[in-house]
Amino acid sequence: MKVRQISIFLENRSGRLASVLKEVGRAGVNIRALSLADTSDFGILRLIVDDVDKGVQVLKDAGHTVSLTEVLAVEVPDHPGGLAGILEKLSEANLNVEYMYAFVCRATEKAVVVFRFEDVNAAIAALKKAGISILPAETVYSL
Amino acid sequence: MFNPQAEAMPVKELRKLQGVRLQDLVRRAYAHVPFYRAKLDAHGVKPDDVRGIEDIAKLPFTMKKEFREQYPFGMFAVPHREIVRIHASSGTTGKPTVVGYTRNDIDNWAECTARSLACGGATADDTVQIAYGYGLFTGGLGMHYGAEKLGAAALPTSSGNTEKQIMLMKDFGVTVLCSTPSYALQIAEVAAQMGEDLMKLPLKSGHFGAEPWTEAMRRRIEELFPLKALDIYGLSEVAGPGVASECLEQHGLHVFEDHFYPEIIDPETGDPLPDGQKGELVFTCLTKEGVPLIRYRTRDVTMILDEGPCPCGRTSRKIARLMGRTDDMLIIRGINVFPSQVEDVLVRIEGVQPQYLIVVDRQGNLDTMEIKVEVTESLFSDEVRKLEALRDKIHHQIKAMLNVSAKITLVEPKTIERTLGKAKRVQDLRKLT
Repeated sequence: MKVRQISIFLENRSGRLASVLKEVGRAGVNIRALSLADTSDFGILRLIVDDVDKGVQVLKDAGHTVSLTEVLAVEVPDHPGGLAGILEKLSEANLNVEYMYAFVCRATEKAVVVFRFEDVNAAIAALKKAGISILPAETVYSL
Repeated sequence: MFNPQAEAMPVKELRKLQGVRLQDLVRRAYAHVPFYRAKLDAHGVKPDDVRGIEDIAKLPFTMKKEFREQYPFGMFAVPHREIVRIHASSGTTGKPTVVGYTRNDIDNWAECTARSLACGGATADDTVQIAYGYGLFTGGLGMHYGAEKLGAAALPTSSGNTEKQIMLMKDFGVTVLCSTPSYALQIAEVAAQMGEDLMKLPLKSGHFGAEPWTEAMRRRIEELFPLKALDIYGLSEVAGPGVASECLEQHGLHVFEDHFYPEIIDPETGDPLPDGQKGELVFTCLTKEGVPLIRYRTRDVTMILDEGPCPCGRTSRKIARLMGRTDDMLIIRGINVFPSQVEDVLVRIEGVQPQYLIVVDRQGNLDTMEIKVEVTESLFSDEVRKLEALRDKIHHQIKAMLNVSAKITLVEPKTIERTLGKAKRVQDLRKLT
């Protein structure tokens, strides 16, 4: 259920993102979803890939600062207000979202939103209680 | 000259006076400071072995590290009730070096800063704006007492609030300015923005010190202010500003050597070097009561000028403008910074020592310090706010510890250059030569 996301520290310099993505690509690791948080000084790249262990290994070998983060992927009803409805329930459950990013899945034509919660276990329990289905990790890796 | 009797004393007489004072100093240090007693005993010297100033070479050196190890009051030679002021300078490990002054010490120090001001022609008729920081740092209070001793009007503006400094300078008819040379340039820049013409002011002399500067900066300051820019030297362990000062000849700094006896040594061997040779400056505080100091190694590099008597009439020897340091100390906006202090802060935050690089530069007229810190896995977070909090925490602790505001930049691992052996910790981009 918990999806393992690779987080990578990036300096805000030209070519840094390209360099990281090249390493991953050369190792044959395919990116399923990606988000980049940036400030004026630095950025954090978050990746969901098909082969997490290999991805981490490749990036560490290349000298990057990498961490693994547990996130949850939720399928969002593809209609206006779909995401708002989910966020409302999260708020009711007092769940704190650290950050989130969305992508559209080609196979299902549905939107998938990745959530990073402060407390992932509490989030799982609350989502279940609210009747929101969480995508299994394997499904996400092979989207 | 503020005190012609002392400042123009015939050299022979001066050496005799120094000898008598040295004897007294060593006797006092040996009797009242266990640190010195142990040191002299270990060195096989007794106070009675010192009969004249030439015997100074028999005495052991005092290192900054030893001074700091006596924190807080181990170097004091008098009962606490005789101490009337305490100053402290930044140390390399968080513990400062602490200097206590007796009433006589304050009086002698004021005498020397008064002499320094008089070196630039200041008299009781002048108004002296003191834009050095007031506080534990000796700059502000040191010059202040000298200005009062001279009978001049001291204007304690301290540093900062530049627009107000300029307003007061103009409205009060300030004639003498004391600040770091870089702050003087900052004042000129702000004055230009305000549309004030400093060249119309009645300024006549400026006493600039507490950081390294150059002849080129002197020329610029003299183009921007209608004053003679003079170099002043001092350090808190010895007293503060006023250990040595340039006269209007603007050629070397007169050491007020009836109080502070200078030597130049080879920093490697400790051997005294002849006049005209570059080496480490060493001071013995001949008259200090609170904290007597014997052959204190300043780590500053300069030379004693090998020239005839100064046309100004002062008979004391002169040292050249400072040429550098024998250690890795940086002076940023007049504040002493050791790379090890930065290291200390970083280690305390994370428990491990990350790779870092201190980049010092001068933007406009102000020194800037940037600290690049490599983000290791233990420092890293996938959340922006946590990394920003880390950056801010480093910033605050550096500020609290060093009193210098540094830009903290988080960088990727292995981006800071590693050299074989000693890691390169400092990149000084300031052009000071």
